[in-house]
Amino acid sequence: MSTDHDTIPFDEAIAVFDPVLGLETHVELGTASKMWCGCPTEFGADANTQVCPVCLGLPGSMPVVNAAAVESTIRMGLALNCSIAEWCRFARKNYFYPDMPKDYQISQYDEPLCFDGYLDVTVETDDGPREFRVEIERVHMEEDTGKLTHTGGATGRIHGADYSLVDYNRAGIPLIEIVTKPVAGAGALAPQVARAYVTELRDLMRALGVSDVRMEEGSLRCDVNVSLARPGEPWGTRSETKNVNSLRSVERAVHSEIERQAHVLLNGGRVVQETRHFHEDTGRSTSGRSKEQAEDYRYFPEPDLVPVAPSREWVEELRGTLPENPSVKRARLRAEWGISDHDFQTIVNAGALDLVEESIAAGVDQAAARKWWTGELTRVANDREIELDALGVTPAHIARIEALLADGSLSDKLARQVFEGIIAGEGDVDAVVSGRGLVVVSDDSALLEAIDVALAEQPDVVEKIQGGKVQAAGAIVGAVMKATRGQADAAKVRTLLLERLGVSE
Amino acid sequence: MAVMEDDLVRQDAATLASAIARGEVSSEEVTRAHLDRIAEVDGEVHAFLHVLNDEAMESARAIDARRAAGERLGPLAGVPLALKDVLTMTGVPTTCGSRILEGWRPPYDSTVVERLRAADVVILGKTNMDEFAMGSSTEHSAYGPTRNPWDLERIPGGSGGGSAAALAAFEAPLAIGTDTGGSIRQPASVTGTVGVKPTYGGVSRYGLVALASSLDQPGPCARTVLDTALLHAAIAGHDPRDSTSIQAPVPDVVAAARQADVRGMRVGLVRELSGEGYQTGVSQRFDEAVKILTDLGAEVVEVSCPNFEYALAAYYLILPSEASSNLARFDGMRYGLREGDDGARSVEEVMALTREAGFGPEVKRRIMIGTYALSSGYYDAYYGSAQKVRTLITRDFEAAFTQADVLISPTAPTTAFKIGDKVDDPLAMYLNDIATIPVNLAGNAAMSLPVGLAPEDGLPVGLQVMAPPMADDRLYRVGSALEAALVDRWGHLLIEEAPQL
Ligand SMILES: [Zn+2]
Repeated sequence: MSTDHDTIPFDEAIAVFDPVLGLETHVELGTASKMWCGCPTEFGADANTQVCPVCLGLPGSMPVVNAAAVESTIRMGLALNCSIAEWCRFARKNYFYPDMPKDYQISQYDEPLCFDGYLDVTVETDDGPREFRVEIERVHMEEDTGKLTHTGGATGRIHGADYSLVDYNRAGIPLIEIVTKPVAGAGALAPQVARAYVTELRDLMRALGVSDVRMEEGSLRCDVNVSLARPGEPWGTRSETKNVNSLRSVERAVHSEIERQAHVLLNGGRVVQETRHFHEDTGRSTSGRSKEQAEDYRYFPEPDLVPVAPSREWVEELRGTLPENPSVKRARLRAEWGISDHDFQTIVNAGALDLVEESIAAGVDQAAARKWWTGELTRVANDREIELDALGVTPAHIARIEALLADGSLSDKLARQVFEGIIAGEGDVDAVVSGRGLVVVSDDSALLEAIDVALAEQPDVVEKIQGGKVQAAGAIVGAVMKATRGQADAAKVRTLLLERLGVSE
Repeated sequence: MAVMEDDLVRQDAATLASAIARGEVSSEEVTRAHLDRIAEVDGEVHAFLHVLNDEAMESARAIDARRAAGERLGPLAGVPLALKDVLTMTGVPTTCGSRILEGWRPPYDSTVVERLRAADVVILGKTNMDEFAMGSSTEHSAYGPTRNPWDLERIPGGSGGGSAAALAAFEAPLAIGTDTGGSIRQPASVTGTVGVKPTYGGVSRYGLVALASSLDQPGPCARTVLDTALLHAAIAGHDPRDSTSIQAPVPDVVAAARQADVRGMRVGLVRELSGEGYQTGVSQRFDEAVKILTDLGAEVVEVSCPNFEYALAAYYLILPSEASSNLARFDGMRYGLREGDDGARSVEEVMALTREAGFGPEVKRRIMIGTYALSSGYYDAYYGSAQKVRTLITRDFEAAFTQADVLISPTAPTTAFKIGDKVDDPLAMYLNDIATIPVNLAGNAAMSLPVGLAPEDGLPVGLQVMAPPMADDRLYRVGSALEAALVDRWGHLLIEEAPQL
């Protein structure tokens, strides 16, 4: 009997099975107020301070549709090449759970606002970039639930907890749900396609300004459906992995689920239709509730709201406001920058495209912008397992650092310390430079003083240098750098000390 | 004419308001008189669940002070009112006649209450009702039945029996009801008072604890048609907090009530709402009223609404479906009753125990019917079909209104029945609303007004006037003309014939 965690290697799984994916992505819209009331949507406020009778679902309260949320959803639908409904209704999804103030969620059921679209995504393969078309089933609006915190117990889940706390600040925040049609034919690239798709969605939403997609705050949540079938056979039973909240996790979740299901199937088992919970720490999922008996949400049209009937004129007006599509933008930037596919993909994979573009727009040299964002900063972001743009470093910071490097007041090494300071929240570039006292020591007299001290301390080294062993000067340079806390320019120190000793290279 | 203090509670609202405006009597005196009356008779009637003795007197004094300071006040300023316990009022218990909401004090005013405050109406307290407005007798209140002031052994109608009884017992000259299938009109009918269900969307539902959102409508209740119109005008009109509220000017119901003229109006008798199942005395008084309307110059025609026969069946699918969802939030997690939270039981168990303990049998019955009707696999057959019937009924009305300006019928098939008679027979109870339900399904406006006493039992009979959506003014034209003719005939309002309590 196989356990829930057994897997077979990915390559072996893919050699036997074709995966089919389905992705349901929930994103909090960036509207200033909630979906049905005027409460603010800001993240991080004290629990239950951004609530009112409506979002608390108090008896008698009634929802009113946030027009900005409808507009954002239509714009997203248009950007995803969807048709926009001429008339559609909200529906109630009924189920009891303490994070839902009304014990039903206002959502959309069989009348989504946007439907039948697609999104093209590109993944890197050994044979160069390959494009996949992900078909979009629907884009609809709904409200978020409150946030539960379970205290005590071993699992952090509601069962077994000593008690649970609910924060309704999140309740009623507008969400859009974007549902793909089944994505088949990606084969071994399936995990990358899934990641590329969610990345593309994120970029699109940011470009549209409908959401800033702060994944680390849980504003984008992904449910990943995976099933396996042998080539030519009907699609298999799918599992739904929930709680997949980062781009990296989307890829990992698909990857590990393919390995898990393949193990089940190759050992004569049956994939259970179920909800699974993804764990960021292990990259694995565990079985949640079984969906073999489909939950009955008793959907019916929401009688407290009137239908949404966007006029065709308005839809066309919104179509006119769409910004450049990210894939079009990528093609344009690749051409403009004239860099290799590999270099370009490095930027894209790092999620640094906009940041590099904005840095260049802020006056930073293209190579320098790429170097910082895909090098040092990507490394730090990876170490911290957060998105690049969540570091707190902005294109304006890069521009300022580059200016200081250009006039010699910073060295590369010091620049890294400035980034460290910004990321640690010590303020902007100038604040970190002055706060940490990061100034390149270029005043010759100060340097000469330090050199004289070092020379006096190491007479044996002086003897060697004067004896022709110029490479021994490194020890003196090191001592001077140490004495100036790294703020001197090492090459200059070397030149000065050799001059002092009357030795030439 | 100066209003005698002894008579204050027997005056209508228009008379009290003008006496207060002229300084002949203070709102404080009027309010005091009504609170005294409540103290005197409500032990028998049990119209109120909660009386706002201090708050009402404070409001009355504040209104008197503003009048004394020369402020011009509205047409109902200083007049007391009884509020159905299904509408929220900040800090005042709102139970909806249910144990499950015991102790809940809402932190906000319903729009109706907000507008009543703006009109300087003095709210006396919250009135009894069938639990969550499910019933036609007020016997389904968790806090005990309300009794009909005409005969304390009989029901005052429902669900708004408390509001109607408060009017009939002279505990208040004005009351607010809500009407989902007849909960304003049927109590008015059996208590000899007037009640109007406005056009759906005419009065904001914000702060009305929902029974069936697509059917519920708050409305005015009083002892005269003019008072009802004045109250209607005070509470009606668009509310941005209720998406289903209509963005159009409120028909001038007060002018229509003062016009009291039916000459040239076409009045349609709905064939399907008469005959079998209607008590003899009800039919008799109804027929007499029709004759009066003809005498007053109305053209009476017969119309047919063939789909009305399916109205009750459709209603008892739509209402429970919506109610099963609307009442889900009463789960013991956030407010009201919480049962079985012993630290060991799960959330699901506490929710189930709370609902088991907190809801009465009629509420549970309807939640179960609604849950079933919305279930996947049954939805189309039940909820879906019911919505189709609803469309057909709306079309019946539309066709009828091409032949008539208003439609009329008896409001209820019988006069007030005895407490306990139908409480164990839901189907018999549901039939009380057979004539009132079609209007809710179509979203029209309708009024019930008293047209006499049934000879066989001496109890009030109500006549229903129905108008197309947003033609609420027609109700008042017909109602006030008929009322005036009847008062002429009797020498007084029918309510004056109610026995002394
Ligand atoms: Zn709110």
